[in-house]
Amino acid sequence: MILRRPFFWIVAIVILLFAVAPTIGNNVELRESLLLAAVYITLASNLNMMLGYAGYVNFGSIVFFGLGGYFCVYFMSALNWALVPAILAGGVAVSTLALCFGFGILRLRGVYFALATIGVNEAVMAFVTNFGPWGGATGIYLSTELFQPLGGPARALWTIYYVLVGVMGLSMYLSYFVKVSKFGLGLRAIGQNEDAAAVLGVPTPRYKALVYSLSAFLPAIAGGLYFFKGAYIQPPDAFDLQLSTEALVITMLGGQGTVMGPALGAYLYEELRGWLLTSATFSNFQLVIAGVLLLIIVLFAPGGLMGWLYGRWPRLRRWLE
Amino acid sequence: MTALLQIDGVSKQFGGLQAVQALSFTVGKHEILGLIGPNGAGKSTVFNLINGVFAPDGGRVRFRGADITGEPPHRVARHGLARTHQIVQPFMTMTVLENCTVGACFGRQNLPLARARETAREMAVLVGLEDRLEAPASKLTIAGKKRLELARALAAQPMLLLLDEVLAGLNPTEVEHMIGIIRAIRERGIAILIIEHLMQAIMSLSDRIVVLNSGRKLAEGLPAEVAVNPAVIEAYLGDPDLAAKLRSGPR
Repeated sequence: MILRRPFFWIVAIVILLFAVAPTIGNNVELRESLLLAAVYITLASNLNMMLGYAGYVNFGSIVFFGLGGYFCVYFMSALNWALVPAILAGGVAVSTLALCFGFGILRLRGVYFALATIGVNEAVMAFVTNFGPWGGATGIYLSTELFQPLGGPARALWTIYYVLVGVMGLSMYLSYFVKVSKFGLGLRAIGQNEDAAAVLGVPTPRYKALVYSLSAFLPAIAGGLYFFKGAYIQPPDAFDLQLSTEALVITMLGGQGTVMGPALGAYLYEELRGWLLTSATFSNFQLVIAGVLLLIIVLFAPGGLMGWLYGRWPRLRRWLE
Repeated sequence: MTALLQIDGVSKQFGGLQAVQALSFTVGKHEILGLIGPNGAGKSTVFNLINGVFAPDGGRVRFRGADITGEPPHRVARHGLARTHQIVQPFMTMTVLENCTVGACFGRQNLPLARARETAREMAVLVGLEDRLEAPASKLTIAGKKRLELARALAAQPMLLLLDEVLAGLNPTEVEHMIGIIRAIRERGIAILIIEHLMQAIMSLSDRIVVLNSGRKLAEGLPAEVAVNPAVIEAYLGDPDLAAKLRSGPR
């Protein structure tokens, strides 16, 4: 049973810490930092299902986040929907689109697939930039009126934060349940040797499209929350490949294919980023560090942090996932 | 008696090379059929045509009465047809048990995870990997990986097993062990189509033999008949009289 797994409780405690820590002394600065960490954890955990389980490098995973943001902001501003239906509908819409894209581009493998994912992101960005109803290149601005149903801007920011922490927790549990399921076993077989998996009966085209679609759902919801919070969205922010690359580094840093690795990597990366950002000399210096980190990981520690921990203390395998 | 597997005039061309040409044969229930031929005769291509890795250019493949011509490999597996690869293809970082569980999960019976694990364990034990269940596949020796390949295919609980040179690269003791395993598989009522270069082994294992040369069927029959067929000897040795000369000894 899941309740007997230490993993379940560790994640529950992490969620609780995220929820409680910033409320002590109404620490808004800490809340903003943790909010970004929650976004990173959501992005990395979902990316990990593609990268770590199925072995497909998705360079353009940010397209889910951006499209989710657009759907949500559009539903709220143009159709006057409430936040919760808007983010849910955004998630479903993006997952459905991903399923369609998935059946197309998942015929490709390796480098070609990775390139195609960048192509999907760029194509969607080009489309949105020229799409009138979504504001084209200027994007969509939300009226602050929309924060009123949530008790005004100050209260709304807290609500958004709590929902995002929930999405983060769901991402980790989803990642776990996929990993221990038959679906996950099939995905891992695909990740190791796709041809051999197919010969053993793993329905590879369907599984790949399904995981691509599944890994789009929660990032789309996170995107909806994130851009609702910012009250405006425009194409370069929504489809920023930099964030895609960061999600990859985070997943590799924490340990691809493990459930907790991406979360651990995301938290550490966000701390590092916050620390480097405050330095006046190096704005965006975290990208340089990220690049170097990625090189070091790929060359010397392909298992990431979790791989290193397991190598050091093999018994941890019984406690962590 | 209807055949389990029926190959009917199957052809496959790669560019200018006619790899398999109008090939027909059948495998009966509980039968072990040996497929032999010189290097490049098209034996592995025949396997790939049967299990859907390649679609044939012409001809039909029927399995248990159903036409499976051109179906993708994952569908063919569901019909109850499993295979091993000449070059072993284990899931390297997954454990022996996990490797076999994949076979059981997605094979003929499409088992749920818990029951698949039981079947997987049973098959790993059958091939003698009971001590290595939790070891990653990458840690196995070549002989171990070959046995894993076999266990994984068996875990799918197939009606027909295609074995592509499972004895190649094994030392004589390991070959003995593997032959024992193949006999045990047959005892379970599973039909086997086997490609093998070790003549002694395939002649003693097979009920019937089909000989391929340059993509065509050269001969078919009982092992004893095929072994003395002049056309077969010529294909292997280049000279139909060589066998007679060898048998009569040096002058």
